[in-house]
Amino acid sequence: MAYSEKLIDHYEQPRNVGTLDKDDPNVGSGLVGAPACGDVMRLQIKVNPETQIIEDAKFKTFGCGSAIASSSLATEWVKGKTVDEAMSLKNTDIVEELNLPPVKIHCSVLAEDAVKSAIADFRKKQAATRGETQDKSVEQPHAHD
Amino acid sequence: MALSFPIYMDNHATTRVDPRVVEAMLPYFTENYGNAASRNHKFGWVAEEAVDYAREQVQKLLGARNEKEIVFTSGATESDNLAIKGVARMYQDRGNHIITVKTEHKAVLDTCKRLEREGFEVTYLPVDSKGQISPDDVKSAITDKTILVSVMLCNNEIGTVQPLAEIGKITRERGVLLHTDAVQGVGRVPFHVDTMNVDLASISAHKIYGPKGVGALYVRRNKPRVRLKAEMDGGGHEAGMRSGTLNVPGIVGFGKACEILSKEMEADIAHVKGLRERLRAKLFGALEMIHLNGADDPWRHPGNLNVSFSFVEGESMMMGIKDVCVSSGSACTSASLEPSYVLRALGVDPELAHSSIRFGLGRFNTAEEVDHVAEIVIREVRRLREMSPLYDFHKEGIDYKTIQWVAH
Repeated sequence: MAYSEKLIDHYEQPRNVGTLDKDDPNVGSGLVGAPACGDVMRLQIKVNPETQIIEDAKFKTFGCGSAIASSSLATEWVKGKTVDEAMSLKNTDIVEELNLPPVKIHCSVLAEDAVKSAIADFRKKQAATRGETQDKSVEQPHAHD
Repeated sequence: MALSFPIYMDNHATTRVDPRVVEAMLPYFTENYGNAASRNHKFGWVAEEAVDYAREQVQKLLGARNEKEIVFTSGATESDNLAIKGVARMYQDRGNHIITVKTEHKAVLDTCKRLEREGFEVTYLPVDSKGQISPDDVKSAITDKTILVSVMLCNNEIGTVQPLAEIGKITRERGVLLHTDAVQGVGRVPFHVDTMNVDLASISAHKIYGPKGVGALYVRRNKPRVRLKAEMDGGGHEAGMRSGTLNVPGIVGFGKACEILSKEMEADIAHVKGLRERLRAKLFGALEMIHLNGADDPWRHPGNLNVSFSFVEGESMMMGIKDVCVSSGSACTSASLEPSYVLRALGVDPELAHSSIRFGLGRFNTAEEVDHVAEIVIREVRRLREMSPLYDFHKEGIDYKTIQWVAH
């Protein structure tokens, strides 16, 4: 299988590999996939609570080259965006950017899931720190396919 | 000697043609291009003589008594098909039951599945955690309807050798035919059709440093005389068992490859086993949490090292070691999205099956290559583990099997 140059670049020099403090109230963590399926992604975002801008993002991935590249690209894209903007990330954008072959599309879906899961975790934490009265005003993550 | 890249360590997939084999083949493309079935002129006689000579070379490697027991085919897939379907259709009045093994090659398994759709019954024997079947299981699976047992000599993924001699005693005693796919095992582990009571054996030239597109089926002619229903209709070549003009240059090369293997087997085995042990010692010495898949010697192919590197997915490993040509049992290397059925039959955890790499060492590999491969494999495993969340769990002492994963 021949991969695109961009994909190989992300695989060979992945951006933002690492871990953020999961106990930090401004950090949201997403862990998606399953070892038995051959891919697990952990993607974390650090959000400025004032501006809602994602100031840092880190990932670690167990998976094929496409899974590693998809998560690397996802962290690169969400950095500097607001949480709401990041919610609109689509797996098809990743497919297009990395030119993923059809059998690897699930890798991009997983990366999208990881971003949304990290955002959901961040929002849950924010809601918890703001207390119960404001809890209802917090937007819940959208379900997606 | 300077290394040349990429380094080929996928000798179970195919092998480089030995230069001595190429040399033997060349005249049969140019001067001696006759059809071995042309009975009335010199070109035909020369070709036929060359084919007969090759038949003897193959016969000797297998330990067959008679060169007429060798039927040339296009390769082992055809040999497997011819053996299993040929026996099933010839002996269906006697019974409709076939016994095989879950870890067989697809050429055997899919042939059996087709026969099941035609009304045959097939028992797929399980294997133990090393990939071996128990001869007792064979014994108890045989019924009065059983016509054939098909058990491979040596597995192509994990290198596990089956106790064929013991199985041969059972099938002979019960009057059931025994077929073996000996593609990977011949010339690597002890194999002799007569002493092992094998009635049919499939082999392929390109796995033993010969050309692609040629193989053979050994068909016993005496005690018992095995008969087959041919698959192809045509000129009645190969004693009516396999019609089609013989691939004379290929057969000549195949014969030469068998002759070389017969003569050099001991040195060949010692060479690949030495390299495999060198690679194994380096990898296991440098890395924690790595696992050998399959059995150990003497029940292992001497050139096979199939290992799982925990926390690292196989296809990403292969991308990382792109200058090294190997195979993986990971789903991501296939279109099926399922990890290797062979490893799953052994009961290997799915995540370890996804993490498996098969190194297949061969005649043309060198110690320098092994040293280089070990170095870059170790470097890549470390690099990929540093970006693996599963490795983090391991370091934190969390068993990731206790996490509630949502399959996707």
